[in-house]
Amino acid sequence: MSITKPSLATLAGLAVLLAGVSVVMIFFVAPEDADQGLSQKIFYVHVPIALTAYAAFGLGAWKALRLLLTRGERYDLESYTGIHQGTIFGALTLITGSIWAKASWGVWWTWSSNQLVLFLVLFLFYCAYFMLRFSIEPGPRRERISAVYALFGVALIPVSFLAIRLASDFIHPTVFTREGPQMTGEMFAAFCCSWAAITLLAYVMYRTELAGKRTDLNLRALREALAR
Amino acid sequence: MTDYLADVAALARKDLRLELRARDTLPAMVLFVVATLVVFHFALPGGAGDDAAYGLLWVALVFTSLLGLGRAWAPETEAGALDGLVLAVSDRSTIWLGKTLAALAFLGAAELVALPAFALFFAPLDGPALAGVALASIGLCAVGSLVSAMAAAARGREVLLPLLFLPLAIPLVVGGVGSSISPDPGTYLAFLGLYDAVFAILSWAAFEYVVTE
Amino acid sequence: MAEVVVRARGLEKRYGSHPVLRDVAFELAPGGTLVVTGPNGAGKTTLLRLLAGLAAPTRGSLEVAVERARIGLVGHEPLLYRELTALENLDLYGRLYRIDERRERIGMLLERFGLWDARHQRVSSYSRGMTQRLALCRALLHQPSLLILDEPHSALDAEGASLLDEELAALAGGHTVVVSTHDPERLAPFASARLELERA
Repeated sequence: MSITKPSLATLAGLAVLLAGVSVVMIFFVAPEDADQGLSQKIFYVHVPIALTAYAAFGLGAWKALRLLLTRGERYDLESYTGIHQGTIFGALTLITGSIWAKASWGVWWTWSSNQLVLFLVLFLFYCAYFMLRFSIEPGPRRERISAVYALFGVALIPVSFLAIRLASDFIHPTVFTREGPQMTGEMFAAFCCSWAAITLLAYVMYRTELAGKRTDLNLRALREALAR
Repeated sequence: MTDYLADVAALARKDLRLELRARDTLPAMVLFVVATLVVFHFALPGGAGDDAAYGLLWVALVFTSLLGLGRAWAPETEAGALDGLVLAVSDRSTIWLGKTLAALAFLGAAELVALPAFALFFAPLDGPALAGVALASIGLCAVGSLVSAMAAAARGREVLLPLLFLPLAIPLVVGGVGSSISPDPGTYLAFLGLYDAVFAILSWAAFEYVVTE
Repeated sequence: MAEVVVRARGLEKRYGSHPVLRDVAFELAPGGTLVVTGPNGAGKTTLLRLLAGLAAPTRGSLEVAVERARIGLVGHEPLLYRELTALENLDLYGRLYRIDERRERIGMLLERFGLWDARHQRVSSYSRGMTQRLALCRALLHQPSLLILDEPHSALDAEGASLLDEELAALAGGHTVVVSTHDPERLAPFASARLELERA
């Protein structure tokens, strides 16, 4: 029996379906948090988005490593798209985190959320990735330098996190604390559903963007060939 | 192994010799760091404690190293010497290591002026603080040499270098400030050591890919 | 002895979507001199960089039966440090290439190319012709078995050009040479093979 790979459209449809189910679960199934009330619901979106961003950066770095080790042509675009998706989801992490902070503590930003600060540093780092990439002429040099930078990124993630922890330990004593959610069964179910939906959505976006970029590249190559 | 070190030594010596001839980078770095410290005096409000001053020391050090790193690869890009080195050496990482050691020498020389000036203007520096400066300087130069080589391959490299460098320098600032003001500097020094180990190895291994096609 | 020193098949080089070399093929026997010609933008410099190992082909195959340490390159740029003296430049390369009797070899080359008297001057004070001559010294320092020259005559003065011609004559047969030029007639006496590049 053969297993057919689901088409992109199917996956997109599935993602929308899962998103719908998640919304239902978040608002109607998971109990409301005693302390934070309705604003706590943002957690179901914020954390999966953050996790997805990490995964995307990891994917970008993995493809970058493959590029450096094998010189395969496809890896550059895949690495770039991964980093791009990671940056988008990173920006969303910052936005949802900011909204959550406003809803919880009344401020749009706080330095006491380690994850938020980490994403700020990473966001800066990966924005510089694009500046670097588009300052170099297309070609193997650009591919390799982008790949090395992507690898530095994943090394930076744990090191930065440690640094921020150390900084908050002493330099910036925490003002706001938030109890990690002790999740009940329903909360966990809602979380997992949401996580699955967002991951699937990210994957669909990744594949779509990659296909678009590949088409662009082929079109340009075709034009060059015709112009001769 | 000795061949490797001999190559590194020859390359680092070359950079030191070039700087001794041109004498443009090192004086600029020294002047810059002292001027920055003076600016900080005016920037700090009256009641600011020593802790704030230590923080600013690290800002000064990071930007001073940026100044030096911006010019680090200029001799190689001028007349294509980088291609010459890439062809000549057995192991391309020697180019990175030689450059890092030279950058460290320049930064160290600037610090020899900056640290006493800081102690004079603001607050004393104890053993752990100095150890922090030493460890962080290694990290700054190791990562900085690599990132500067990346920027050298790009347009608008003067503007690009700070953008690439600063996010990577943030952990070093945390480690440095922590070792200056924390009652438990050991943790921060250990962290700096970790950063140095991770990023020096990464830079050492990745350099080959940055300078070749 | 190897049958061929260089073999290229279906060689292609692209930067992004912009092709520079397309479907280049040739073979070069040991001791031969390949003269590469073509209009500007035909990819001569790119081909020479590929041969030197400074770039890798996008497609096709390029086999160079010479290890990197035995390749010498005179490129479009002199590959020198302007603020070092001629002696210091050659000494650095001499160390990196691990040349035996470095001093003697450097002295001999500087003498041969008429730069001995200027050996303690910085390269920044050199004329274009002198710089190119020094670049030749640098390329010949480690006695390469494959010498790659990118339009070497264009930056040379008359004296330097005749010195180069002497050198090419001396190298022919014993060493393999690839040289690109706008003036193929000048190199006709040395050429054992020719390659004409077209715009890709």
